[in-house]
This record gives sequence, C-alpha cells and structure tokens, in this order.
Amino acid sequence: METSLSRRDRTGRAFLTGIFSLISAAWVLPVIIVLYNSFKDNDAIKTSLFSLPNADSFVGLENFTAGIFHGNYPFYFSVLYSIIITVLSVALILICTSMAAWYISRVDSIFCRIFYYLCIFSMVVPFQMVMFTLSKTADKLALDTPFTIPIIYLGFGAGLAVFLFTGFVKGIPNDIEEAATIDGCNTLQTFFLVVAPIMKSTYISVGILEIMWVWNDYLLPYLVLDKTEYRTIPIHIQYLQGSYGQVDYGATMALIIMCLLPIITVYFICQKHIIKGVLSGAVKG
Amino acid sequence: MKMKRFNPSAVNNKSQRRAIMRYSPIFLMPTAIAFCIGFVWPFIWGIYLSFFRFKTLGNTSFVGLENFIKAFSDESFLSSFGFTVAFTAVSVILINVIAFSIALVLTKGIKGSNIFRTVFFMPNLIGGIVLGYLWKIILDAVIMRFLNSTLALNATYGFWGLIMLVCWQQIGYMMIIYIAGLQNVPYEYVEAAKIDGANGWQLLRRITIPAVMPSITICTFLSLTNGFKLFDQNLALTGGKPFKETEMLALNIYKSFYESTTNMGVGQAKAVIFFVIVVIIALAQLYLTGRKEAK
Repeated sequence: METSLSRRDRTGRAFLTGIFSLISAAWVLPVIIVLYNSFKDNDAIKTSLFSLPNADSFVGLENFTAGIFHGNYPFYFSVLYSIIITVLSVALILICTSMAAWYISRVDSIFCRIFYYLCIFSMVVPFQMVMFTLSKTADKLALDTPFTIPIIYLGFGAGLAVFLFTGFVKGIPNDIEEAATIDGCNTLQTFFLVVAPIMKSTYISVGILEIMWVWNDYLLPYLVLDKTEYRTIPIHIQYLQGSYGQVDYGATMALIIMCLLPIITVYFICQKHIIKGVLSGAVKG
Repeated sequence: MKMKRFNPSAVNNKSQRRAIMRYSPIFLMPTAIAFCIGFVWPFIWGIYLSFFRFKTLGNTSFVGLENFIKAFSDESFLSSFGFTVAFTAVSVILINVIAFSIALVLTKGIKGSNIFRTVFFMPNLIGGIVLGYLWKIILDAVIMRFLNSTLALNATYGFWGLIMLVCWQQIGYMMIIYIAGLQNVPYEYVEAAKIDGANGWQLLRRITIPAVMPSITICTFLSLTNGFKLFDQNLALTGGKPFKETEMLALNIYKSFYESTTNMGVGQAKAVIFFVIVVIIALAQLYLTGRKEAK
C-alpha cells in the first residue's frame, strides 16, 4: 500500500511493536506462571507464587505424577472419556447434521422449514432452560454413558450445526447433483460422493467449533453422566477443587498444565483452521 | 399449492425430489429425533414444569404462577440479576473497546502482527472450568500478598476478577472479528478522506466505524449474551462466594435446582425468566443495531 514510510511513521511502528510485545508477554504470563509453578513444591507455591523454581523448591515431575493420581479418580480415565465423548459426538454431529441440512435445503417442505427455524431458535435458548429436564430425559432413556451421550450432544448441538451447514448447502447449485442422478447415483451416493467433498471446508469449520464446545463443556456431562464411573476433564478438575479441604497446589498446577498443553499445541499447529472455524460460528447472529 | 422457495437450490424436479424424500429416514430423522430428545422435549417440558411444585418428578402439583412470584421475591435471584447486569455492562464495554483498539493497531501492518494475533486469541480455546481455576490461583496469590484477602472473602475482588478473566478469554476472539471487518473497509474511502484533510479521529469516526458496524453488531451481541450466560467461569473462580454475592443468574438457577431441597419448580421458573431475558436482549440488540446499520 504505502511505498515510502516517513521516518516518524517508522519509529511509530517500531514503538507499537515494542508495546505489543510487552502486552503479548503479559497475555501469556498466567500460563507461564502456572507452568513453572508445576515444578515447585507445595510450600514454595504457597509462599512465593511468582518466584521461579530454585534448587530448594524444584521437585521435578513429582507434581505431575501426583496430579495423575490425585483424588480418587485417575486423571487418564477422564482424558480417555473426554476423548471418547468428543470424537463420537463431533463425528455424529458432522455426519447427521450435514445430511439433514442438505435434505432441508433440497426438499424444502413445510416440515423442513419448521425444523430449520426451530434450529435457529434453539441457538438462543440458554442451557439452564433445559438443564433439568434434559438430564432427566437422558436418565430415562439410559443415555448416561460416554457412548450414548453423543446423542444428547447431537440433539442440543444440532441448531448451530444445521444452521451453518444449511447456509453453505444453499449456495451449492443442484445442477451437479442432477447430473450425478442422471449418471446413476442414488441419493446416498450423490450426497457422499458429490456433495460432501464440496463441503469439506465447512466440515472443518463446524468440526472445530463442535470440538471446542464438547471438549470444554462442563455442565452437560456433569448432569448427564454417571459421575462415579465416568468423568471428563472439566468434571475431574471441578471435583478436585470443589471438594478438597487441603488443596495440593502442586498437583493442581500440574493438572492444569496437562489440560492446557495439548490444546495449545494443537492450536499452534493448525491455528488458521481454528480461527476460521471459530469465526464461522460468530456470524450466526 | 405452490410454496415460495426459501432458497434457489431447492429441487423443483418432482421425481428427483421424491427420490430424495424417500431417504428421509436416513437423512433427516436421526438429527430430528435427537433434536427432539435433546432440545424440543426438554424445552416444552421445562416450561410445563415451571407451573408445578415438585421435589421429585413423581410428586408434582399444579401451582399456577406461584413459582414465578416466588422467584421474583427471592432476594438472591434479584441480587444475582443485578450482579449479572453490572458484570455484563462492564465486560461488554471493556472487551469491545480493547478488542477494537488492538484490531486497529494490528491492521496497520506493524511487525509481528501475526504473532500478536495468535497470542491474543489463545485463551479462547481454554475451557471455562480450567480457566477459572488458573486465574483463581494467580489472583488469590496477588490479592493475598497486596491486599491480604482472597477472592472468596470480598465480592469486589470477585467482580473484577471475573472481569479480568472474561476479558482475557474473549478479547482475542472479538479482535479476530474486528480485524476481519477492518480489512474490508474500502481503501478508496480512506484515501478520499485523507485527501480531503480528515485527521485520524475524523477518519475513525466517519469512515472506519460506520464501515465496521456489522462487526460491532456481532461482537456486542456475542459479548452481551456471553456475559449473561456465564456459568463455568463463575463457578470455578468464585462459586458465588462470599454469601452468594458474586453469584450470577446461571449459577443462581443451577443452585436453586441442585442445592435446594424444597421446591425445584422455583428453579425452573427462574430458568424460564432467564430464557425470556436472553431472548429479549437478542431481539433488542438485533433491532437497535439493525436500525443503525440501515442509516
């Protein structure tokens, strides 16, 4: 755009870069503090949270092993269940809602429209509105295990996913599908061989949005799952914090770091997709 | 009967349409059934139950509007409403002003913009519970050292702690939306205004802000509803302490369900009130900003 920057502009820019480097450093500081504290012993954490670990207070990976077996529920179980629930739910949501969205936009009957507007409506409804009745319904239908809770996620998360998929599918002209039908594809083949590949980027965006929702969700699994057997990571963290009189700070720090590291790693690897996916959810208003 | 198609991609060819409809059990039904289980039925049942007094579902008795009257005369509910309104007002202003300012700077093409963008957005990926405890540890340590108190002892600290937390979490998200909006401001407008001798402030006021009005609509709407619906962070950071003083609406409703032994109907009535408030906000917001955009 601007080819020749005046000297004042250039120093101004360098100044801004400096300021923003400082702000960025401050922005990640909370995570850094917890990170180095996860290598300190309990007393050192309590008395001086902000000092770096030294020879006295450094305990190596002790906090991490303590964190894994902290409480009467091993951390890796909650990781396992979080992964199972997230993978199954997101897969189910992506497959089912994309098919439904395509059907809605192609058939466009009165029933389809009602369903579509209900989906939009459901996006506004706060979870507390259905919290109690939803957990009772799930109980009654025996949907309270990590392998069945994806159905609940499909139901409650359908609104946004159907809305986003429909928005995209409406933009695909159906000439291509007509051609596929003439070439002998049945409806299923048309969808999976012709339509689904076109929607690839929408799948990625919606998928990221749903992964972030399900992975971080606390209240829904807390109310629906049988908590003595199945806990997700957020439930596990909440249990440790909520119920313990004597808090093991070191173990807590280590647990928080174990929760954060995978998320931050994945974020830095595919941040472009993540930012795009999250943005696509923002336009729903 | 001929229906007006709501999209041009709908199939008009009758036999092809019928062929698709034959597959409705595979395409539509799974989502529709799950949607009924996960949303429609709980929603209807929830509204129905708000008119009943019950401790368990086996024993309900119709009480008309009594639950709603009780909800409105419940002081903890009213104070949680006040807290939520104050919190939302402050957080919406702070989040949007800061996010917009950062976006303005990061679209100027300064060195390191991409790194800054990545860093600011990062907290958005952390779930509310983990986020809450992360901040609780740090804020408690700071407050203990300099003010000799804790989050759980002083509602003012709890309030500002929550504000800091949601700012940290949401500024990056809103910033991304603002950046996308700012990148679409037509460059010719900016150039023309500069030639006409507009200063920086006039440029911002007359050209930039009107041009990014859609982004402002989205961001205000999002931060407003986020503020009203806040639950996880509230539960983890303060848990409503001290004495329910930092309890927000969602947490208050949750507690009147699961920590009350008298009548769960009041909780359900509160949930219905909450739902109506959120819908009114959404509609008012869309109406107001829609009108501004039209100008």
